[in-house]
Amino acid sequence: MRRFTWFNATSLTLGFAFLYLPITLLVIYSFNGGRNVAVWGGFSTKWYGELVQNEAFLDAAWVTLKVAAFSSTIATVLGTMAAYVLVRGGRFHGRTLFSGMIYAPLVMPEVITGLSLLLLFIGIGFDRGILTIILAHTTFSMCYVSVVVSSRLVSFDRSLEEAALDLGCSPLSAFRLVTLPIIAPAVIAGWLLAFTLSLDDLVIANFASGPSATTLPMKIWSAVRLGVSPEINALSTILIGIVTVGVITASLVSKRAAVKRQRDEQAAVAN
Amino acid sequence: MTAPTEFHPWNDPQAKPLIRFQNVTKRFGEFTAIDKISLDIFAKEFFALLGPSGCGKTTLMRMLAGFEDPTEGAILLDGADIAGVPPNKRATNMMFQSYALFPHLSVFDNVAFGLRRDRLPKDQVQARAEEMIALVQLGPFANRKPHQISGGQRQRVALARALAKAPKLLLLDEPLGALDKKLRQETQFELMDIQEKTGTTFVIVTHDQEEAMTVASRVAVMDHGKIVQVATPDAIYETPNSTYVADFIGDVNIISGGADPVDGKIGIDWAEGQPPLTGICEQDIAKGETVFMAVRPEKVAISSEKPADRSNVVAGKVHDIAYLGNISTYYVQLSGGQIIKAQTANTRRIARRDFTWEDDVWLSWTDTAGVVLRQ
Repeated sequence: MRRFTWFNATSLTLGFAFLYLPITLLVIYSFNGGRNVAVWGGFSTKWYGELVQNEAFLDAAWVTLKVAAFSSTIATVLGTMAAYVLVRGGRFHGRTLFSGMIYAPLVMPEVITGLSLLLLFIGIGFDRGILTIILAHTTFSMCYVSVVVSSRLVSFDRSLEEAALDLGCSPLSAFRLVTLPIIAPAVIAGWLLAFTLSLDDLVIANFASGPSATTLPMKIWSAVRLGVSPEINALSTILIGIVTVGVITASLVSKRAAVKRQRDEQAAVAN
Repeated sequence: MTAPTEFHPWNDPQAKPLIRFQNVTKRFGEFTAIDKISLDIFAKEFFALLGPSGCGKTTLMRMLAGFEDPTEGAILLDGADIAGVPPNKRATNMMFQSYALFPHLSVFDNVAFGLRRDRLPKDQVQARAEEMIALVQLGPFANRKPHQISGGQRQRVALARALAKAPKLLLLDEPLGALDKKLRQETQFELMDIQEKTGTTFVIVTHDQEEAMTVASRVAVMDHGKIVQVATPDAIYETPNSTYVADFIGDVNIISGGADPVDGKIGIDWAEGQPPLTGICEQDIAKGETVFMAVRPEKVAISSEKPADRSNVVAGKVHDIAYLGNISTYYVQLSGGQIIKAQTANTRRIARRDFTWEDDVWLSWTDTAGVVLRQ
């Protein structure tokens, strides 16, 4: 299959260019020494230096991290619980409706989710700030967690839980001691997904936030409206770097675990 | 091992059963999985539930474990109704068909799992788990994870884990199903040995009749949610109570005809112009009733001359021969078209076989070889 053809080479180049050319340009221009973002003014890292001094950006980054950490954690707890009930709860009245409804926020336009949350917060007289952003992010990311976790639970051998019960566990401790450790990779993946979604989100945060709290995407967006500065390029490059390192680490770790497991299994068969 | 003949509490009307099913019915929606079963199982028995898939044997076991509750009737363990008692509060443990070993725990931690749930002191947990691991000879593997050991070793971990809490009753759901034939046979004897050593009552679910016959003190043959017969393996084989049981356990010839009772035996008019066949019967049968005679192929002799001293003699032609190495089964076609199987041990080399295809032969069996059945 390792055959070089012009067709293959062209497809590959076009595909990757389409995906990565804009990002590459952004990274290159973050090292632009000039003030004008569109004109190359020599290599420089000064925008990175300025970025570290910019308190507004640092504050927004801190708010974003707090929102992402709290909302993804709450979403993971709620989403895992929802997945467990929907997969394991047996047949109860309205189960199909509930399973369908948990997927609805995935396809709901963000504007509508944001608007309805805004109406809710106003309706119950909740002061908007970091807490409302956390609540809003929990709301939309818990359904992603529940989708990830329930797909793992469907393939989970139920007799493992039954064995735990049979050996003296209460249903709760069976979940804690057997189910949770086994589905942990899916729960962690769900948490990471929720964390990333919260980091990325602009629309819902815009609706749910008040004057006291601004997230990084909101900050970037408002800065860009005044004109793209090289500082934004530098900030974006840092974000890309963090995401790239994270993704590569996660895939290396899971690949190594898979390889180790395969080797152990072969060793077991051999002896 | 003590001789199995000395152990038969089921014949003692004073003996108290460990488990008693009283008119137990289990329905899943419209489907009746268990249909009014009453059954006693005694302490220290190795009891086998045998039947084809879907006969309700697994449901019966899951009711003992506490994963299902009976729709009607009661299940008594040591005289107390266990309906509604959750699995974690029952003095029963189960060995699962898939073994259900916890993949994230080592062999030792799997075996110690149940002991730790009882909040036993650490040194007791350690000692008991080590004792169980030694019992199944897995000492060198105690620190391995389940995916680092072979299938046969996993099976033994599952057994040790289920035995660790010294349950009153151990439930085994197709415990040897995943092992290859040779390992399965070895493990059957190990299971019997361990059952003997620990004195635990075992209830095993299996669809493999040889396995049930090998390990069990008594066998219950099930079909469509009902128990068809409960008896010792030899009684099940020698005196089945129906053609279903006769056919399910081992190989059998079934010949039907009108009954003609004479001096405690039953004659069967099975074909026009042929002398009746004679067999034994434990049921009262009226003259003329349609009955079935079940004869095991190994009890049917094959010869080229007509035997003079046998009470049941029929003539036929060799239709087919199944050569299994140690034994051969001859499929003999009678003049009426029926096929009767006769089995002989191949005590001589195959080149010196007496019969071959299309030979005219005589089949014969004694008047006690065949069992006459109503259905």
